[in-house]
Amino acid sequence: MGAEIEISNLSVYYGAVRALTDVSLNIPEHGITAFIGPSGCGKSTLLKTINRMNDLVEGFRAEGGVTVGGRDVYGGIDVTQLRKRVGMVFQKPNPFPMSIFDNVAYGPRTHGVRARAKLEAAVEKSLRDAAIWDEVKDRLRRSALSLSGGQQQRLCIARALAVGPQALLLDEPTSALDPISTSKIEDLVTQLKAEYTIVIVTHNMQQAARISDRTAFFLLGELIEHGATEELFSMPSQKKTEDYITGRFG
Amino acid sequence: MKDKVMRAVFLAAACVCIVCVALICVFLFVNGIPAIGEIGALRFFLGTRWKPGQGLYGIAPMILGSVYVTAGAVALGVPTGVLTGIFMARFCPARLHRLLGPAVSLLAGIPSVIYGFFGITVLVPAVRGLFGGSGKSILTASVILALMILPTIISVSEASIRAVPVHYYEGSLALGATHERSVFSAVVPDARSGITAGVVLGIGRAVGETMAVVMVAGNQPIIPRGILEGVRTLTANIVIDMGYATDLHRRALIATAVVLFVFILAINLLVSPGSRPAAK
Repeated sequence: MGAEIEISNLSVYYGAVRALTDVSLNIPEHGITAFIGPSGCGKSTLLKTINRMNDLVEGFRAEGGVTVGGRDVYGGIDVTQLRKRVGMVFQKPNPFPMSIFDNVAYGPRTHGVRARAKLEAAVEKSLRDAAIWDEVKDRLRRSALSLSGGQQQRLCIARALAVGPQALLLDEPTSALDPISTSKIEDLVTQLKAEYTIVIVTHNMQQAARISDRTAFFLLGELIEHGATEELFSMPSQKKTEDYITGRFG
Repeated sequence: MKDKVMRAVFLAAACVCIVCVALICVFLFVNGIPAIGEIGALRFFLGTRWKPGQGLYGIAPMILGSVYVTAGAVALGVPTGVLTGIFMARFCPARLHRLLGPAVSLLAGIPSVIYGFFGITVLVPAVRGLFGGSGKSILTASVILALMILPTIISVSEASIRAVPVHYYEGSLALGATHERSVFSAVVPDARSGITAGVVLGIGRAVGETMAVVMVAGNQPIIPRGILEGVRTLTANIVIDMGYATDLHRRALIATAVVLFVFILAINLLVSPGSRPAAK
């Protein structure tokens, strides 16, 4: 099963407020797609619509289509299975208040893995894939909250990878981190794109330009423009995009 | 100037509280400790017979009685209370909560003598009917106490679960966990210290409760041999004899109060390091 994400004519409402208007966007497999735009433009809303985290918001309603790997996200799909296939990393690192090991093992345990050896293998692989194994291998039993912010965020990525997703949604994953931690996460995300479909929401246009293959620019709930990152940043076809990326507003 | 006056007023108000505690301590220990010495510490704490007429002042049955009844209340009340707290914080539909919330508060506000009446008129006959005997027993007292500690445990559990940051819950859901798994595995563990505080507060209330227990426990100052036997707690011992006790008998009751006081103090010390669940 593929992990291509297709969004067609999607409108999202919170109660009477329309947060997204008629968005259509194709997110190809094995690449990094960045969502950029000023605060309140709907980029995070769109991200959370893909793995249905918006279901938690009262009054949330989606019209139009979202499919992951060809399967309709809002049509009778098992939400836990969807979220197993589409992992998410949040803006603020949110490791659980338990050991590093238990954090990473949380997902596999949730999905029924009980055997000690299997769990240990999964934890090690995920921590390696998230480029944090060397830093934590000697203190897997220590509380995850003892790690630095940047380490916590990579731990959260490891935790998401341990479930075995095909796509990763990153919601401003570096906005709470210092520049060095940020660059580690960026390196990591760049490595991960070989295996995962990655969508990253970012406030930081340089970040989008540095790491993404494709960029989508949102404004006031509308998708203004999307395309290959290089093109979008060097010769945007829309005046609004140009104004935003050259820093005239936002 | 005004500032200083007001500061003195506030300080005085705060001092009233401390002075009261100090006075109670002094009164208890000044009257109680010599009595323990007079009776003999061993004969007082380990003596199994309480017969003031014959000069026998052993409170072992009462210490055990308080422990049994409290343990019973904890066994019945803690699981019920904690699960109810979890339910009210994370599973309860808003409409049901509007009913359940005030019901729990009301439960906390019912005077203990009314719990006692409920025990006498409903629980005692029920226990008698189901298990035989007089119906006044450890079991009956435990059930009443379990009911009485429920509101404390429920409200403290609910509050500490609500205080858990939502991002733990979201993080768990995003890994494909169900609502139930997320609540029990990611949210509740973080509320553990708060829930423990609620449980210990409940234990404190159970140990100290008097009226309702006196009404349903039978009050025989004998070491019970089963949960259907009657039992006398420390609190019951004091209130039952106090009306007519004089001299050493009276001071032996004050000494009983010292023991109770130390119990409560120990429980409160136990909870104090973890009693700040929302401090994050």
